[in-house]
Amino acid sequence: MARSAPRPDLPVTGLDWRRYAAMAVPVGLLLLLPLYADHGASAYEHRVIVILGIDIILVLSLNLFSGFTGVFSLGHIGFMALGAYTSAILDMPVASKAINLPDLPAWLARVELGFLPAMLVAGLLAAAIALVIGLAILRLSGHYVAVATLSFLVIVRVVLINATPFTRGSRTFFGTQDYTTVWWVYAWVLITLYVAWRLLRSLYGRAMLAQREDRIAAQGIGVQVLRTRLWPFALSAFLTAVAGALWAHYIVAFSPNAFYFTETFAIITMLVVGGMGSISGSVVGTVLIVVLSEVLRNLEGGFAICAVQIPPLYGLSQILIAVAFISVLIFRREGLLGDREINFARLFERWGNGKGS
Amino acid sequence: MLEVRDIDVYYGGIRALDGVSLDVAEGELVTLIGSNGAGKTTTLRTISGLLHPKRGSIVYDGAPIHTLSPYQIVQRGISHCPEGRHIFANLTVDDNLRLGAVQRRDRAAVRRDREWVYSLFPVLEQRLGQLGGTLSGGEQQMLAIGRALMSSSRLLLLDEPSLGLAPILVETIFAVLREIKASGRTILLVEQNAYLALEIADRGYVLETGRLILHDTAEALRANAEVERSYLGG
Amino acid sequence: MSLTEYGLQQLTNALSIGSLYALMAIGLAMVFGILRLINFAHGDLMMVGSYSALGLIFIGLPYWAAIPAAVVVAALAGILMERVAYRPIRGAPDVAMLLTSFAVTIILENGAVMLVGARSRAFPIPDFLRTVYHLGNLTVASVNVVAIIATAVLLVLLTLFVTRTDIGISMRAAADDMMAAQLMGIPINRVIAAAFAIGSGLAGVAGLLWTVKVGKVDPYMGFFPVLKAFVAAVIGGFGTIPGAVVGGFVLGFLEITFQALLPGEWSAYRDALVFAILIIVLLVRPNGIVGARAREEI
Repeated sequence: MARSAPRPDLPVTGLDWRRYAAMAVPVGLLLLLPLYADHGASAYEHRVIVILGIDIILVLSLNLFSGFTGVFSLGHIGFMALGAYTSAILDMPVASKAINLPDLPAWLARVELGFLPAMLVAGLLAAAIALVIGLAILRLSGHYVAVATLSFLVIVRVVLINATPFTRGSRTFFGTQDYTTVWWVYAWVLITLYVAWRLLRSLYGRAMLAQREDRIAAQGIGVQVLRTRLWPFALSAFLTAVAGALWAHYIVAFSPNAFYFTETFAIITMLVVGGMGSISGSVVGTVLIVVLSEVLRNLEGGFAICAVQIPPLYGLSQILIAVAFISVLIFRREGLLGDREINFARLFERWGNGKGS
Repeated sequence: MLEVRDIDVYYGGIRALDGVSLDVAEGELVTLIGSNGAGKTTTLRTISGLLHPKRGSIVYDGAPIHTLSPYQIVQRGISHCPEGRHIFANLTVDDNLRLGAVQRRDRAAVRRDREWVYSLFPVLEQRLGQLGGTLSGGEQQMLAIGRALMSSSRLLLLDEPSLGLAPILVETIFAVLREIKASGRTILLVEQNAYLALEIADRGYVLETGRLILHDTAEALRANAEVERSYLGG
Repeated sequence: MSLTEYGLQQLTNALSIGSLYALMAIGLAMVFGILRLINFAHGDLMMVGSYSALGLIFIGLPYWAAIPAAVVVAALAGILMERVAYRPIRGAPDVAMLLTSFAVTIILENGAVMLVGARSRAFPIPDFLRTVYHLGNLTVASVNVVAIIATAVLLVLLTLFVTRTDIGISMRAAADDMMAAQLMGIPINRVIAAAFAIGSGLAGVAGLLWTVKVGKVDPYMGFFPVLKAFVAAVIGGFGTIPGAVVGGFVLGFLEITFQALLPGEWSAYRDALVFAILIIVLLVRPNGIVGARAREEI
């Protein structure tokens, strides 16, 4: 929803080494998280860091598509679900499959892939589905396309609940191996960051930014625009599915309920708060919301102010996040960073100048 | 009656009007002419409350109105017939006219005004049950004007009544405008067709890229060589 | 059961569920028509109405008082919702408003969880709504009959309202051309509040009928119905009241047809089919069956 023009300050070619060095800093900062998780963090903190990483991938891949095309996809969690279930089924040991998914078709029951191959296959499947769905849906505009993507989410959910031989229906899905480590997650965070960065800076990315519509046409749009939307959509679906795979192999037990409206809203909040069209914004927004949610959720169990004991108020954290969301929409619609990025090079220049003088 | 003083109006970050001032005295027909994009429509929209000036003031009957909402401004007695007609396409002619008087409580007077509108535009009475969207362009313009007349307004803002109409229809409309003027209503007319506008107006203002560049009696403007060259196709 | 009897049976089912969808869809359509806002929190108005009824009945109010009171509460909740959440963002891009309605849904649903807990509660059904009539081989639940009759009555009243009263006509005008409506001196805020009030009240009625059918209430009860109502509104012609009504009944018929036609284990997929149909409609005929006149962007 940030509507500013493509930024003129970004040179299309040629970066000096300072800029590259400057970019190493945030990446380094980011990598401190998994480092801490493995060395010294409590189990709780470890968990938060992993989930944070997965959320960053989710938000970035959504931003990849929505931030640049201006098209809001409300169905992305559907791709996450696809990634989760597909990879879980593919890399589950055959013996496990026999116990947990006895009704799986024979050809699938015999398959047992490694973690990475399963993840990639899941991602490719999601991308393929995204292409098909995209061909249908991405002609639409404005809230029509948002609603169409929401329909996709609902359809995925209905399918998940009913394709019992594959998914155990609405019951908990057991048997997933716990392959995900914090380093797997953050490796993919870096990959996603890189992909998003390249996409933004490419001419292709600029073309997408220019396509962002200001007024919403009531009818559909021509083929040209369709094509500029399709590939980001598929790419974004791929990464989202990977995030789903990572998540599934961390949580290990899950059900279709994990891939519905609440999660969709959470991701969107992170995206909007950080600013669509901004990569650093997505990271900042995600960190902010995740930390805030955790803090609030801990308070939900009841806490004391001075001598007054506040009783448990489950659901309060959700409400506060939603209120924060509305506030952003009212007071600062472009989010914290809007279209811009944190310019680390400039930050260091200023810091250097401050120290020197 | 109406005093517009030095208004600056912005669309987003772009300044559309720059220090525009104009006056309309009771009973006059004042016209605002200029080329496309000069800011004529913006001026009317600011007077009727759809837009608000960042600087300057608009005073009507001695009271400032530039911060009021369209609802309040209609209450004060100003009605605006917008550019492009904007009749309610999915409502009947009858409903359209009825809505023109939506703020009024004086039933008898409303009925009288209806009759007057029918006398000005007989075709409207014939098409009362028809949906606005099914009328021809000229009929829609008549409906738009009739609708604006249904409010008991003393000042009528008219935006481009001749737009897209065949010359015969334009003549009819302008003949009606003369009658409306004769009935005592004050009119501020924005017109692309400067020739016709200056024919029926008392005074005129010329707007160019958001600024007022000329202001004189209609006669003087008609005689003005520059006006003739730029706007009268002379 | 003969074929005609089966057909009649399904017809009543379709009409009954169609009425519910129609009532829900009207509220969505009215608000969308004027504000271009898709109010997903509309479903939670069902929930508010039903919980209010539950509460009022609990403190001893008889049905004939509790039900109308609950509908009024739903209407008021709708007005409040507009005032607090949607008026400040009026004029924002459509998607921003849609997302805000999501936020409102979360607030309402979690608020309800905080107040009354997440578990569902049984709703005491009055006896006259429990009866089931048997006509030959047909089984007709009285609640279905009530639903159909109530909807018919409300539709008549609504039609009179929007064609005869100043506010009703103003509402249609505002939906047709907001700028022109403002220039007429129509009190836009009042009109919008009225649209929310009526739409929410109707949602409250639909919610109560739904509650009686399923026998219980829970904080999330409104979420799926509002999605369905949305599909109904789009199929019929989004933004118009006739469209919402047509769409509601068409959806009711579609659902019953899917249910009847799909073999056993596939019938659960009818919901997926419904949403697939939504996508198809959006592509092929975005203005729906009734086909609202395409509005020019100003």
